[in-house]
This record gives sequence, C-alpha cells and structure tokens, in this order.
Amino acid sequence: MIQSIARRLALGGFVMWGCVTLIFVIIRLAPGDQATIALGPDATAEEIEAARVRLGVEDPLFLQYLSYLGRVLTLDFGQSYRLGTPAMDAVLDRFPATFQLAIAAMTIAVVVGITLGTIAGGRPDGVVDRVVSSLTISLQSFPTFWVGIMLILIFALHLRILPSAGSGTFSHLILPAVTLAFPQTAIVARLTRSSLSESMQEAYVQTARSKGLTEPQVLIGHVLRNSMIPVVTIVGLQTGALLGGAVVVENVFAWPGLGSLIVSSVSARDYAVVQAAALLIAAVVVTLNMVADLTYSRLDPRIRIGGRA
Amino acid sequence: MSADMTPEDTGPLLDVRDLEVVLPGPDGPVRILDRVSFTVGAGRTTGLIGESGSGKSMTAMAIIGLLPRDAQTRGELRWRSEDLLTATPRRRRRVRGREIAMIFQDPLASLNPGQTIGRQITEIPRRDGMPRRELGSTAVDLLERVEIPDPARRANNYPHQFSGGMRQRAMTALALAGKPQLILADEPTTALDVTVQARILALLRRLRDEEGTAMLLVSHDLRVMAHVADDLVVMYAGQVCERGPAPDVLRRPFHPYTNALVKSVPAVHAKSAIADPLPGSPANPAERPSGCAFHPRCPLTRIMAQGVSSANAIGTPPIHERCRTEQPEVREISPGRWSACHFSSEEAVR
Amino acid sequence: MSEIAVAESLAETQYQEPQPRRSRRRHLSGALRLLPYVVIAVYVLIALTGPLLVDYDPLSTSVTDRLLSPGSVKGDGSTAWLGTDSVGRDVLAQVVLGARTSVIIAVLTVLVSCVLGLGLGLLAGYLGGWPDTAVARSIDILVAFPGILLAIVIAGLFRPGYLTVIVALAVGGWIGFARVVRGVAMSLRERDWVDAARVMAVARIRIVTRHVLPFVVGPVVAMATLEFALIVLAEAGLSFLGIGLPPTAVSWGQTVAGGKEYLETAWWISAFPGLALAGLVISVGLVGDQLTARYGGRRR
Repeated sequence: MIQSIARRLALGGFVMWGCVTLIFVIIRLAPGDQATIALGPDATAEEIEAARVRLGVEDPLFLQYLSYLGRVLTLDFGQSYRLGTPAMDAVLDRFPATFQLAIAAMTIAVVVGITLGTIAGGRPDGVVDRVVSSLTISLQSFPTFWVGIMLILIFALHLRILPSAGSGTFSHLILPAVTLAFPQTAIVARLTRSSLSESMQEAYVQTARSKGLTEPQVLIGHVLRNSMIPVVTIVGLQTGALLGGAVVVENVFAWPGLGSLIVSSVSARDYAVVQAAALLIAAVVVTLNMVADLTYSRLDPRIRIGGRA
Repeated sequence: MSADMTPEDTGPLLDVRDLEVVLPGPDGPVRILDRVSFTVGAGRTTGLIGESGSGKSMTAMAIIGLLPRDAQTRGELRWRSEDLLTATPRRRRRVRGREIAMIFQDPLASLNPGQTIGRQITEIPRRDGMPRRELGSTAVDLLERVEIPDPARRANNYPHQFSGGMRQRAMTALALAGKPQLILADEPTTALDVTVQARILALLRRLRDEEGTAMLLVSHDLRVMAHVADDLVVMYAGQVCERGPAPDVLRRPFHPYTNALVKSVPAVHAKSAIADPLPGSPANPAERPSGCAFHPRCPLTRIMAQGVSSANAIGTPPIHERCRTEQPEVREISPGRWSACHFSSEEAVR
Repeated sequence: MSEIAVAESLAETQYQEPQPRRSRRRHLSGALRLLPYVVIAVYVLIALTGPLLVDYDPLSTSVTDRLLSPGSVKGDGSTAWLGTDSVGRDVLAQVVLGARTSVIIAVLTVLVSCVLGLGLGLLAGYLGGWPDTAVARSIDILVAFPGILLAIVIAGLFRPGYLTVIVALAVGGWIGFARVVRGVAMSLRERDWVDAARVMAVARIRIVTRHVLPFVVGPVVAMATLEFALIVLAEAGLSFLGIGLPPTAVSWGQTVAGGKEYLETAWWISAFPGLALAGLVISVGLVGDQLTARYGGRRR
C-alpha cells in the first residue's frame, strides 16, 4: 500500500515537471516579445532592451529553462504586468470561486447522474432506459455556453427568478452550476447505467435473488456498491474536464473565478498569470486523479486486501 | 402416486408436473422444457442428470423462480400443498431462501465480491430482523456446520480470500441460513478439483443425513450422482427420459440414453476401463427431433428397425418408424421405474 | 472527458473480429437508424456549398436591418428566416457559413489527431518498451490539463487562424486515438499469427500494415466520430470566447457570443446557431454510439 502510494507520488511529481516544461515550451514558441508586451506600445527601445535583459529573454534557451524551473520550484511565478501583483496571488485569489462552482456542479452531476443511471440501468432497454439515454445524449451535445445563455434567457430574463450574472449569493450560483453540471451529469448517468447493467448480469445477483430479496433490495444491497467503483473513479478523473468547462461557463455568467482570469490574461498576453493558472489547475487535476486512484482501491476489497488469507 | 395424499406425511415435498418453459429465441419461441415431471421426496436427494442443454439447470431455475423475465411457464410446481407457478410474486419470494434455497455452480462469481462472507450468509436472518449481536454467532455457527476451520475469523473474510472448496462451503452455508426444506444444487462440484469435489459431496450427504434437508442435485456427472443421489431423473433435450431409484437406474437403465450415459463413464475399478462414448452431439431444444428426441443418436432404434423393416432403402439410416414419428410417453415400466422409450419393456436395452 | 471511458472500452475489444450485431437496438427501426447519417450528410453538403447558398459579407452592416425577428423582410426585399443580428447581418447565413467553419476545422483536426494517434499508438503498442513508456507519460502530462484549457492557451497566444485552432485542438485530440490503437496493437502482438509472421522474419512494417492495421480500423473510426463531436464543441467554445479564429471568420460560437448582449430583445441570434451545432453533434454522437457498440462492446 505504502509502496503504491509512493509510486503514485513519484508519477505525480514527474507529471508536474512535464506540465511545467510544456507550459514553458508553449510560451517560448508563442510569437511576440514578452518585454514589448509588458511595457506597452509607448516604451522606448532602451526600456525594452533593459526589460529583455531583466527578464532573461536573451540568455540561451537552456539557461532560461533552468532558471524558470528554479523559480517554479521556489513557487515564484513572476509578476502580472497587468495587475501589478504576483501572478500566483492573482490566481489564488480567484481560485475559491472556481472551486465553489466546480463542487456545486459535481454535486449536481453525481446526484442527478447516479439517480438517472440507476433508474435506467435497473431495467436495461426498457422505456425509461431509452428516455434517459436520449436525454443524456442531448445533455452532452449542447455546448455549455449555449446552455448557459438559454438558461439566462429563461430563468433570468423571462421568469426573472434568478440573476443572470455575477456572484455573491446562493442564487447566483445556481445557473452557472447547473450549466456546468449538464455534460457531467450525462457522463455520470451513462457510466452508472452501463456499470449497473453489467453488474446486473453477474452471478451474485442471482444469488441475492435466491435469498428472496425484492428487486430494489438486490439493487441497493448488492449491485449499487459494486457498480459505483468505476463511477467514483470517473468522477475523480472528470475534475479536469470540469475545470475546463468552468473556464467557458465563468465567461458566460461573469463568474469571478480562474476561468475568466485565464481568458482575459490570454487575450492580454499576461504570460505570468496564464502560466500560474495553468500549473495550478494541473496540480489540482493530478492530485485529484491520485485521490481517485486510491479511493478506487479502498472500495474494492479484492484490491484492498490482496491474495488469499 | 395419488395426488390426494396429504403433503406432510408420505407425499413428495416437491411435485413437478408437466412443467414447460418457453423462451423467445432468434427464430421464434423455443420450448426449453417439455412436460417435465418428477418428484422430490422429503429428506431425499434427487439427482437431475443430462448433457449440457438438456434443461436440467433451467428446471432448477424454474423451481426457485429465477427464470429470465421473458420466459413463459406452464404446468404445475406443487410445493407441499400449493402450486408455486400460480403463487403471488410475494409468496414466491418468501419461499426463496427460506423454504427452497439454491447453491450455484460457480462459487466465486456467485458470491458478492464486495461483502464479507459472514454478511452474505446471514443476509436472510438479518432481513428477517435478527438482532445484530446474534448475527455474528449465527455466521460462525453456519460456517461451522459446513466445516470451515476458524469460522470466527473466516466470517470477516471476503470471497477472494477463500479457496474454491471453501467458497462452495460458504455457498452451502448461505443456502442453509434460511433453514430450507429443499436445497437446489446446480453443478455444485463442477468448478472444483476432484479431491475437493469428494469432500463437498460428503458434506452434502452429511447435511441430508443429519439435518434431513431434501436436495435436488443438478449435474452432468454420473459419478457424482452415484455418490449422492437417492433418486435419479435423466433429461434429454428438455424432456425427462427416465426416472427411478438411483441404484436401480444405474445398475439397469431402461432408457437407451441412460444406458449410453452409464456406458460412457470410464469405470475406474472395473475390469474394462475403456469407456464407450456416446456418438453425436446433444439435441438442441430449438431443433428438437421429431418423435423421440433421442432417435438420431439412439443405438436401440437401429436394432429395432432391423427387426421390423428390412425394406429400408440403402443409405437411409435404419431408424424405427415409431421413434421418428411418435413421441414416447413417460411410462411406469416396473414399480417406481419410469421410462420414455417405446421399447423400454423389451429386454433389448443392453 | 468521457473519451477516457470510450477509449478504454474500444481498446478492450482488442483483436475481436466485428461480430454480427445483436438486436440490442431493436426499437430503432432501419429508417430511424439512418436518420443521423442523413442529417450529417446535409451538414456536410451545406458546409461544402455554403458560399454558393448564401450571400454573406461579415463586414457589410445595415442599420435598418438590425435585430429583425425571424421571418422579417429585410431592406433589400429578402426574408431573414432566422432574423438578423445587432448589425443587421442575416442569422441564417451565419448558421450556414458557421457549419462550414465547424465541419472544416473538425474534419481537419480529426484527421491530424488520427494520424498522430495512430502512429504513436502503433509505436507504443507494438514495440512496447521505452517507446510505450514515452507515449504513456506524454499522455499523462497532457491529460493533466483540461483539453479546452490547453486549446485556449495555445490558440490564444498564437496568431489567430484556422491552422492555430486545428493545432490547438489536435494537441489533446490524438490521445483518444493513441489509447485505442495502443490497446489493440498490444493485444495483437501476443496473437499467434503475428507471432508466426515474426518468426518467419516478415518485416516489422509489413506485420503492422498487414496484420495489425486492419483490426485497428473499426475502433479508430468509432473513435473518430466521437472525437469529431468533441472537436465541434471545443471549436465553438473557443470562438465563443473570441479565441483562435480571426474576427472576420464566421462561426457558431462567435454568433452565439454576439447575440448574448441582445438576449432580451433578440433571442434568435444566440439560439439558432446553438441548435444547429447540437443537431450536428447529436447526429455524430448517435453514429458514434452505434459504431462503439459494434467495435467497443464488451465481450460477454
């Protein structure tokens, strides 16, 4: 167990190094001079030259990479030229809002998705199953930004029961969270359904029935837990997609999170912030994937307690 | 065997009468079971034997009421005094586990991998409201009865921590938990090593002797039957072809199929160790042959045909006309011995 | 993305030969099953012939035709079936030309991703060893970034244009293909006939093309349809955020974004492009599901 945790940690560390490097490569490859962008169009040639030296842009690429790695290791992600604050501070400032949105969306997705998937998978190919599977296909096929706008149209502009943008109160959270939950709900529902209908074929289900249990007792007492194992894993692995979706959804609802910061920073070529935000998200994803992996082994006694006693 | 006898005394515990099961197939409905009749006496072990596809497992599933949803059934399943086929779903559920229990073929797949053995075998008393405290000792007691060493510790294990033989013992304990009068055991030893098989069979025999539990043992293995069964029901292509007391049936089969089965088993201690394999492959219930389902493989019908019509054209297999056209009834040939062969009374069987 | 699950289930098919489909979807009668193919064909046709169908200039604006509701008659006497936007441009024309943008970008991205994924997947799965590790670790790194985030960063920092968007989307797009191909190739490597070929000293490249590639085609096609749907959605997301494509390009995402300001008075600007997009994605998804069921169904 300890060995497997150590292995996961080592892999996580390696992946983070890869992410740091990838971001470095992308930013190096991007056209445009960092100094020119940072100083704005009014800067003189001397000022730009001085900034280039200060930023180390003129050093050999390998040296730049090393000093960049060194700074990342000491958690120095540079200054945001736009905001005038350390880039990571700006990012961490926005993170709680995104986190809140993601948690709310995942909660909705898990509750609704598992419910829909269970109803559908309990009797595969039944009427309910067909309705649910058409529903999940549609949920996944509408772009989230469009869903968000349509929800604004209905609930904010026509019914006037929910605010269309901003944050602060619980009612501000509802529309963005529901929007972000749409595709995730579909994924959880589909996975629950397939996992459940697969588990229903298992021999131990017949054993449970032979004990005189009712179908709901069989489903809840025996099938659900075992079929939840892959679902838990996917929920963990979906954090990445969820944070990605949040980038778009936040822009629809003017939600003051990481997503809107990233988009505005990309447009303004505020490299320091883009890099800090991307690395933070990668770190969260890597960590949660690790947690999902370990949870998975906790849920399945065949993995938790290996071998024959 | 009169139906008017009171069920509690000498009458059979389970009386299967003309049981039919029809399942939808790719080319229309298939009669998986065709007028299957037999009885299981209280405290006796009845063996249900046949090749794969003979419908023996389907018979067990019909009795416990776990047929596929789209199965149609006809006939009667007389459990003591009531017909289970017409019972309410609620009543059928109550019977399951508490009056009729089942042991499944593959003990690993048939145990829930996510629950401890103790929890699984005590599920019926737990659902019936047994207090938590007693459940632990019940689990230990059940495991003890199936001869699992160190039961207190083993109750907290998961199925994957058990060996194959122990899993089948646990499965048996699970079946015993509801104190059933009848246990259906579907190929309980097929997935096990030979040495382990013997011990499981000894356990099943002991349970019958000590606890008086009746058993319907489903198997394709004649040697298993010889060890355990009191009565024997031989099935072919979803039909019963012979039934009677096991020692008599095995010593002197009346039906040519039973005869072929007995001959196909290599007798380890007998002088001639060469088995006589049954030619051809088992009939598929979806394409059951006309007349007697066994006639395409039957050695007897060929012998009989030679006696009757020597006018058979060259090249056509010498099949007796009756076997091809007329479906044989299951008849009582001698007291307690039933057979579904047109020529069973003839001594030409051997 | 559910890509992971799909890739895994597709990879699980391994060397399995295409089986006659079980009548699992009995309820979908033949004609209904064909419907998504017909819808896709219509979209492709519109994408190909778009500029011939509508006369549209993103730079020409008309103050008098602003925010006309669907079915109104424009100043030049033509009917704006889906209304006009805030500067008087026809929404139907934008939907038609948006289809062109979406389909072209998605097709090219899927093509690039497929070639990349096929190559790397074969390399990893067939050779094993360090090429396999290298590919696996690269995937680990890439999936740490949500696909759309990487696309936003790349598309946002490079010069706007079709090529930028395609590259930005393909960076994450090849992963699904590589996973599927790797799984199939790996299981095939152990098969007898591949072994036999190897023993007979058949050239590696020949083994791969003759004995491995044919088994990869089905799962890859299934993957391609699902990837296509995801790319269409991602491209729309990018253009909704105003990233990647030049402002003169017409795309569904851009039109939806443009209509957001006028939602209260002119819902049609945002609504129709989204519906058009969903129609395409649903149809492609249905076809993809059919193909996945065929090539990716778990063995019983």
